Order: sequence, then C-alpha cells, then structure tokens
Amino acid sequence: MAVTKTPAKSTDTSASALQSSISTLVQNYRATTLTRTKLIDCFLLVLVVSGVLQFAYRILVTSYPFNAFLGSFGGTVGQFVLLAGLRAQTAPDTIGDFKGTSQERAFAEFCAASIVLHLFMYNFLG
Amino acid sequence: MAVAYPIPHVSKQTVTNTSALLKFTILAVISAAAIASRLFAVIRHESIIHEFRATKVLAKDGFYEFWNWFDPTAWYPLGRVVGGTVYPGLMVTSGIIYNVLHWLNFPVDIRNVCVMLAPAFSGLTAIATYLFTCEMADESTGLLAAAFIGIVPGYISRSVAGSYDNEAIAIFLLMYTFYLWIRAVKQGSAFYGMLAAVFYGWMVAAWGGYVFITNMIPLHAFVLVLMGRFNHKIYISYSSWYVIGTLASMQVPFVGFLPVRTSEHMAALGVFGLLQLVAFVETVRKLVPGKQFQLLLRAFVIASFVIAFAVLVVLTSSGWIAPWTGRFYSLWDTGYAKIHIPIIASVSEHQPTAWPSFFFDLEMLIFLFPAGVYLCFRELRDEHVFIIIYAVLSSYFAGVMVRLMLVITPVVCVTAAMAFSKLLTTYLDPTVPEIDDDSASVTGDLAAEVDATINKTKTKKSAAVDTKKTVGAAAIKRGIYSLDTRFLVVLPLIGSLIMFVYHCTWVTSNAYSSPSVVLASRGADGSQHIIDDFREAYYWLRQNTKQDAVVMSWWDYGYQIAGMADRPTLVDNNTWNNTHIATVGKAMASNEAVAYPILRQHDVDYILVIFGGLLGYSGDDINKFLWMVRISQGVWPDEIQESNYFTNRGEYKVDAQASQTMKDSLMYKMSYYRFPELFGGGQAVDRVRNQVIPNTPIQLDTIEEAFTSENWIVRIYQVKKEDDLGRELPAASAFNAGQRLKKSKSAKSTNKKR
Repeated sequence: MAVTKTPAKSTDTSASALQSSISTLVQNYRATTLTRTKLIDCFLLVLVVSGVLQFAYRILVTSYPFNAFLGSFGGTVGQFVLLAGLRAQTAPDTIGDFKGTSQERAFAEFCAASIVLHLFMYNFLG
Repeated sequence: MAVAYPIPHVSKQTVTNTSALLKFTILAVISAAAIASRLFAVIRHESIIHEFRATKVLAKDGFYEFWNWFDPTAWYPLGRVVGGTVYPGLMVTSGIIYNVLHWLNFPVDIRNVCVMLAPAFSGLTAIATYLFTCEMADESTGLLAAAFIGIVPGYISRSVAGSYDNEAIAIFLLMYTFYLWIRAVKQGSAFYGMLAAVFYGWMVAAWGGYVFITNMIPLHAFVLVLMGRFNHKIYISYSSWYVIGTLASMQVPFVGFLPVRTSEHMAALGVFGLLQLVAFVETVRKLVPGKQFQLLLRAFVIASFVIAFAVLVVLTSSGWIAPWTGRFYSLWDTGYAKIHIPIIASVSEHQPTAWPSFFFDLEMLIFLFPAGVYLCFRELRDEHVFIIIYAVLSSYFAGVMVRLMLVITPVVCVTAAMAFSKLLTTYLDPTVPEIDDDSASVTGDLAAEVDATINKTKTKKSAAVDTKKTVGAAAIKRGIYSLDTRFLVVLPLIGSLIMFVYHCTWVTSNAYSSPSVVLASRGADGSQHIIDDFREAYYWLRQNTKQDAVVMSWWDYGYQIAGMADRPTLVDNNTWNNTHIATVGKAMASNEAVAYPILRQHDVDYILVIFGGLLGYSGDDINKFLWMVRISQGVWPDEIQESNYFTNRGEYKVDAQASQTMKDSLMYKMSYYRFPELFGGGQAVDRVRNQVIPNTPIQLDTIEEAFTSENWIVRIYQVKKEDDLGRELPAASAFNAGQRLKKSKSAKSTNKKR
C-alpha cells in the first residue's frame, strides 16, 4: 500500500528531486521489507481496492440496504486497520514501539480482534 | 539507611504474599461496603421499584418478544415500540443475570434482580476503578480510589438499591472501558482495544451518556498526536477500538446509523482518519530520507485534513450528517434549552449545579481533586494526559448539569486518591535521607548551631543503625523527618478520612435513600413519619378504576402510574414525543372549556395531580406548572403564553393576586379545589409557596374529584362524560347546583378520604 498510493498523488509535481526520492522509496521498500511484511501489504492493497469499489458502488449505484453497506465497508476498513496494526507490530522498522509484545501474541491478538469484528459485521449485514 | 521509626524484620517473600492477600481482602471488603451502603432504602422501607415492566417482559417471554414488544398502554393513544425507543442494555443485563441465576438453580425473582442490580454493579465499579487507578499510579492508590468511589455520595445518588436506572450499570461500564483503553494504549494491543470496544458497545446499549466516551477517547488520541507522542501503539489501540466499537454501537436499534450520521460522532471518525494518515506518512518517511519529500508528505497530510473537513462541512450543510442536537447545544449554552427545548430544561436534573452540591456529593475529595490533577501534570505519561482531559471536560459538564455530577465523580475519586496517597506515602516513608554536610556548613552562625544538632543526630543515628535500628525512633525527635511532623500531617489526614466516611454515610442515609415514592419526615420530637401518599393513590387507581382507564398526569409520574397502578398513561418519563407532552401541558394550562375537548379526544378518564401545598412538599405540580406552560407554548404559541400566568408585576403567584388565566387553568383548579375548606374559614395557607389561597370556592364543571390521598399530595379527578341530555356540562352542573344547593359538591366525591 505504501508503494501504490504515493506515485498517484505526486504525479502533478514534476520536480526531479521528487522523482528520485520516489524511486528511492521504491528501492528502499524492495530492499528492506521482509517477505511476510510484503505479504501483509498485498492483503492491505486488496482491502483498499475492495473498500474503494464498495464506496464507489454506494455513491454511483445505490446505498439501499444501508446497514449491509455499512457492515461490509466497516468490516473492510476494520480488517484493514487490524492488519495494518499487525504489520506495525511485526515489521522491523516499527517493532521498536512494541517491546513487550511477542510476534506470536501480536498474531493471536489480531485473530481475536478480527473474529469479534466479523461477528459484529455479520450481525449487522442483516 | 536511616529510618524514622523501627521497621519489623520480615522477609521479602512474606511482604509480597501478605500484601497480595491484603489487597484482595481490602478490595473485597470495599466492594461489600459499596453494596451495603446502598441498601438503606431497602432495609428502611421495602424494595420498591417501578418502571421495570420491559425487563419483566424480557424475563418472561424471552429476548425476541422484548425486542418486538409494542406497549399499547404507554403514550396513549400512540403506544410505544419499546425495543426501538429504549437503551436495552439495562434490561438485557438484568435479563442475563436472571437467566444465569436460574440456570444455576437460584430461583430469584426478576424484581429482586432489578432491585439489587445497581448495588452489585457499584461493587464492580469499585474494582474497575481500582484497576484503572493502578494503571495511573501504584496499587495502594488504587485501593484508596476504590474505597472513595465505593461510598462517595455523588455516585450513590444514582445507584441505591431499587433505583433501576441506566446509570446504575453505566458508570461501571464507563470506568471499565476507560481502563481497557488505557491498557490498550500502554501495551499497543489490538486485543485490549477490541475488549474496550466490546465494553463500549455494552455502554452504548446501556446509556445515552456513551457519547462522552465517544468523544473522550478520540480527544485523548488527538492530544497525544498533537503532543508529538504518536506511535503505532496508539494507532493499533485506537483503530481497533474505533472500528469494532462503531460496528458494535450500530447494533443497538435506538442508535442505528447515528455513528455515521450525527455530528457528535464525527470527532471519533475524524481522529480515526487522522491516525491513518499519520501512520501512513510515518511508514513512508522511514523509507525515504529526502527533505523535500518530507515537506510534501506534510503538505499531503494538511491537504487531506482540509479536504476531509470540507467534505464534513458540505455533508452537514446538505443535511446528510445531522448537526449537533439540542441536548448538546444546551451543554455549551446553558440558556439555550430554556428558550428552544423547554422539555430538557424542565428536568430538575438538567439545571446547572449549585456550588454546595459539589461539597455535598464529593466532600473532601473536591479539594484534593486539583492536587491530583497537578500530580498528573508532574508525571504526564500518556495515561496521565487522559486523566487531565477527563478532569477538564467533566468539571465543565458537572458545572453545567446536576445530572453530570455522576460523570465527574470517578475522576475526582481517582485524582483525589492520587493526591492522598502521595501525601501518605511521603509522610509514612520511614527512610531519612542523609544530610549533606558541605551544604550545611557553608552558612553562618545560625548554621553552626544547626550543624551541631545535625551532627548530634547523625552520631545518634549511626549509633542507632549500629544497634540494629531498635532505637531508631528515639533518635530523631524534631525536624521535618521526625515523628512529630509525621503525626502532624498523618493524623489530620486520617481524621479527614473518618469524617469522609461519616459524611458519606449520613448523606446516603438522609438524602439519597428514600425511594421517590415514599417520603420520610421527622416530627419535632424526632419521631419519623412515613408519607406514603403516592402508593396509596396508585393502589386506589389499581383497585377502583377499570383496567383500561386512561390516566393523564405530568410525565414525571408516567412510569410510576404504569408500573404501580398498571393503567395506561398519556406521557411518561421516556420523553421522546415533545408534542404529546405539550398536549398534556396544554390541557393542564387551559381553562376547562378548552381542556375538556382535549381530554375527551384522548379518552382521558382520570387526571392525577401532585399537590404539596398542605404538607409543604415542594416538588409538586404547581411548581412544575410553568414548565408545562412553556412546553405547550413551544407548540401552540398562539394559545398559551407564559406571561399570562404571571401577575401584573411579573410574579408567579397563586394567592388572590394570581392572574385570571392562572386561576382558570385546570391545574390551579385541581390543585386548590376545596383546599380552603380544610382550614374551616381560617386563612388557607399554601405551605410550599407561603401564600394565602382565596376563600372563594372553585367551581369544577367538566371533571369531578375522585380521590385525594391522606396528605393531599396526590389528587385524582374523574373526567365527566358528555351530559346524557346533551346539555353543555357547565349548564348541567349549574342546573344540578340550582336543584340541590346545600349538598352541591361533597355528594359527588364519593371515594374521598380526608
């Protein structure tokens, strides 16, 4: 997700320094990110696409079962932020914030929170 | 290390074991005390409870019946969809407890569950406060805070046994949600964030005051970000709390889509978006060092913030997002409610708090409160920021509305405990620091003298240390570290604690423990009189009227009539329909000719008014009458005008000077009907307002007196049906009066009691 969003927003600025910093961003990302973090990023990307599609549907087509839209959109956003949290807890650059939390515990917490999220979500889908 | 008093030798293991046991025991005792001090009402009177019919339905017919329950007797003739217009948390909680107890083969009555719910939950509140305070400071502070919240009158006022109210469980949920949130922030844990969200969902189901949490937690996160303390712990805890909590809160039908459609919830959404941005930028920034890029990122954050705000404004102005509701305007502008929504201002709980009630409800804690907040500033960890925000917000709210004293009480207990415990630990700490000789010797003559004493004590002290600290106490006689100073501070502290307990017990027993339907008064000789007019009247209604007889009264008594007399009511304490309440107000405020058609249209059979003039009971309907006028004026400004009810000099009077509109109003007539007769020709004094009621008999044409309770507090009138001969009712009663001049009115009121 970190890679995809940045170029999109900065295309209008044509400073060469910016070009180079974007390329360093991509390079650094490729070089320093762990494979499992990349995996999480892929999942995040899927969730972003899904969320954007749902929102586009809500604006362009209909919002009729509003609770269903809210449930699924909330579920998507929720899964995204929980996953982003897991990424922060496991990625090497941010792991310094979490001294007392082991990787296994982070994953277990992620699972528990996701289950509860989905319970509420399904109940709300109607 | 020098000590001021000898410490017994015990091994470290024993100390930890004993303190663990003590902590557990003390906490258990505190919970027990919290429960016990709320039982005055039940022991003195009996377990009186009203307004739990919904819970009865839930316990008897199950959850789905309750969810779909349509109550035809409330809000007659509209009826009320209870499942959709109520915060179901309280009923569901007691229903669950009831079912669990039955599953365990405890055959308790649902009524007893309801009566004991509030005390039981205040026991839990003490534990939640302990946990919360332990996150802020050490465990002894936690115990103090738990003890404070257990008996503080500000909380007891809403949680005595028998007060089956949303607030009964809400404060526990509030404290526990806050505790989980602090834990989540400290550990950066999605699990605790999720738990906080679940408890938040429960809170939403239980109390409208959940909006306080909805804004409190985002504010905390926002302030932390502004202080430059953003880290991914905050991101995880806030995101998991917000997403799960919002989905959970939308499960409550009464709340529904409000979390995405009203301004009260937008702060939480905004902070959620902000945190996403900040987290994203942080992540990217770690990958790219370029300075220009960093600048661009910052611009990106600001731009998206502005865009989001613009979208919010557009959505609000286009009406998709509802603006702040009147209840919230009335929090910012205390005069707002009186003008625009009199129904909110009419509730005595919504009045601004008077200064004495802070002391009355919190006693010495209110003095320690600022000291505790100051201590929070000294440490200023993330959780202390939370306490500071909570303290500032809640002191404002508590000043605006009496009812919100309840919200400030927990934070006052926590901060006061911090201040108190700081004092105690400082003055009980036995260690005496070594005094630096160099600094002492540089000063002049006086210092030499001091020096000598210090040296003396030092030698004594070292001697004391040598003799295994047995005479350590005797070594230091004077000075800041000596025992006399310690006693000077600690003894008053203990004294104030004892005073606090006395005060709390006294307030609880005298002010907060009489159920609102039973009044207790003391005679000149100290004997107690129980004034039970309300139940007498409700029982009369239950026994002497038809099952479907509609009773009209002011909305304060709706739940009581429904619960204790089991009769349909026009309006009740759930004030969701302003127009209907205004209709009742109009009927009460108009003269008989106007009121009668309203009464007939609503099938009213009986009218119930509360009259305190004989006994001096100030919470009666004449004192509330101006609110009825104001509320109905809000709906019918042409027909009802407040100024008509004042005398020419702008006074609100009920004596001979009262305005004609006032004297003609149904409420006035019903309150003072036959009142002067009680005084047998003497001056009829209204003891609430200290005014003399004119002796001219009041003529009632369209209604007749049906019942008046022993102390005249409750008066019930029956609405006459249309005359059989088709005459106007005033004409009919004039004809009757002409026929039998002597017997006139007393013959009509058959069931009267004096």
